[in-house]
Amino acid sequence: MSVDGTRDGFGRGLKAIAAQNPDVFAMDCDLGRSTRAYSITEVDAGRFIEMGIAEQDMVSTAAGMAANGKCVFVNSFAVFMTGRAYDQIRQQVALPRLNVKVCGSSAGITQGPDGGTHQSVTDMNLMRGLPNMVVLSPADSGQAEAAVAIAHEHDGPVYIRLSRWETEQLVPSVFELGRLQHITAGDTLCVIATGPILASALYAVNELGKEGIRVALYNAPTIKPLATEDVLAAVDGFAVVVTLEEHSIIGGLGSATAEIIAGNAGGNGPRVVRLGVRDAFGESGTADELLAKHSLDGPGVARSLRAIVAEAGAR
Amino acid sequence: MTLDSAALEALRNRAIEVRKQLLTVFSVGKTHHFGGCLSVVDIMVALYFYRMNYTAANWQDPSRDRFIMSKGHAVPVQYVVLGMLGIVDPEEIKTIKRLGSKFQGHPDMRKTPGIEAPTGSLGQGLSFANGTALACRHDGIVNSIFLVVGDGELQEGQFWEAAMTTPQYGLKNVCVIVDRNCFQSQGCVDDMMNVEPIDDKLRSFGWNAERVDGNDVEQLCAALDKTRDRAFGPFAIVADTIKGKGVSFLENTYKYHNYKLSKEEFDMAMEELEASR
Repeated sequence: MSVDGTRDGFGRGLKAIAAQNPDVFAMDCDLGRSTRAYSITEVDAGRFIEMGIAEQDMVSTAAGMAANGKCVFVNSFAVFMTGRAYDQIRQQVALPRLNVKVCGSSAGITQGPDGGTHQSVTDMNLMRGLPNMVVLSPADSGQAEAAVAIAHEHDGPVYIRLSRWETEQLVPSVFELGRLQHITAGDTLCVIATGPILASALYAVNELGKEGIRVALYNAPTIKPLATEDVLAAVDGFAVVVTLEEHSIIGGLGSATAEIIAGNAGGNGPRVVRLGVRDAFGESGTADELLAKHSLDGPGVARSLRAIVAEAGAR
Repeated sequence: MTLDSAALEALRNRAIEVRKQLLTVFSVGKTHHFGGCLSVVDIMVALYFYRMNYTAANWQDPSRDRFIMSKGHAVPVQYVVLGMLGIVDPEEIKTIKRLGSKFQGHPDMRKTPGIEAPTGSLGQGLSFANGTALACRHDGIVNSIFLVVGDGELQEGQFWEAAMTTPQYGLKNVCVIVDRNCFQSQGCVDDMMNVEPIDDKLRSFGWNAERVDGNDVEQLCAALDKTRDRAFGPFAIVADTIKGKGVSFLENTYKYHNYKLSKEEFDMAMEELEASR
């Protein structure tokens, strides 16, 4: 199995659906090699549209194409894709429910050396708040490929969160929109993770297993919609549920999980501990250094889980 | 195409009728965008009743010409015109801005038949028009895409991003008409943020551009005739208009950008429009 980033899987997925559907287009703002949007040119160079460094124009142009029967994947770094062009996504994609797929690449702090300006830690927050918007966050490149196919099948706006950080294949690629993926069984603690940072969760679960702490682990390849019944079933009987994301703890997977539990489990629901970037911007560094600094690397997540178990006890 | 005097007279009378229906839709005591709607009426008449391939028979045909109201707050004029064409029910337009109405305060392509673009957040219409043109070209459709932008709207940076895209992709069938009425919500456009020289700016971006009296249907039709030559564009028509045109007390001021008429003002306005026939 390959070691690569979700952006690589995105490129493969885009190429595959473009070969099937002549109405699929890709646009980019001078980052097509990095985002892998160029992959569509291997199918048909005429269906890649370079928009120059103009994210707002890109999104509105894509909306105009979508209103006339096209399925357009717009690409940039997640920070510019969702921030610079937020109003265009809101007004001309989400509100009129147009078939534009918003692809945010190099998401999270593993974007690395470019620093806080380029590290998107609020993109899921921004996209999740928009009515009509589906938010996908695949864990590995195989799952990213599947995410492209799911986005293509869905007639309407979709945000796909993508990363340059490279991991092994972590999960079964195929997933169902909105559903959790059960990864490991356990009875001490429940963990729900999203994106390639799932690698840190898998490391931590393995380490804790050696210490006799069994963790029930789930992957959330969809952030919105997020199946209420899946979350309630996953956390049933646990005193604590831990969410893990390479994103601000405000507005992403942790918030979505907490909202479901607060709204549906009454006073009997578990405590929700949100692991992620704690309301901070990024900074320059290598991906590994940054993950370690935020305790989001494997050992960091293991430390957090041990501390939670020590404090809360089993279940 | 030549326009004989009878046809021209018919278009002028059509413009008066549009203004009267517009005021009737707005009615008394309701807040609406009077100034920027009245200024754009003659442009809309020249487009829908002279230049565009757009009728009740073909309004859903992919090969139709398109109109995008980038200055979304002037969409009531488009509603009235669509009513005259029989694409929407003229009576139903009077429900404008009410809860549950098809006729939203700004263009909603999912709710209103004949609305081609979601606009209202300014500066986004030209990009959407470019996307429409790209999709049509990919499908082998030969048509024209028209849009109206406000002059205040040219202060939005995205318009200029899109103005680069149109010639870059050779979208010669895109025609932008600037409703140059000189006033925006809070004051005189060029005092707030100067947008001139509009035609020279667009020429330097790779457009053909021309200035006309934007309340003179004959001049508008002559300029629009140039878009029949598909090699001519992209084409910008800077239409010098009068904000509030047709109702003297509403003219040439920002004060009626968003306003409500009293019964006396409404009667006075309708009387003046009728007398202008």
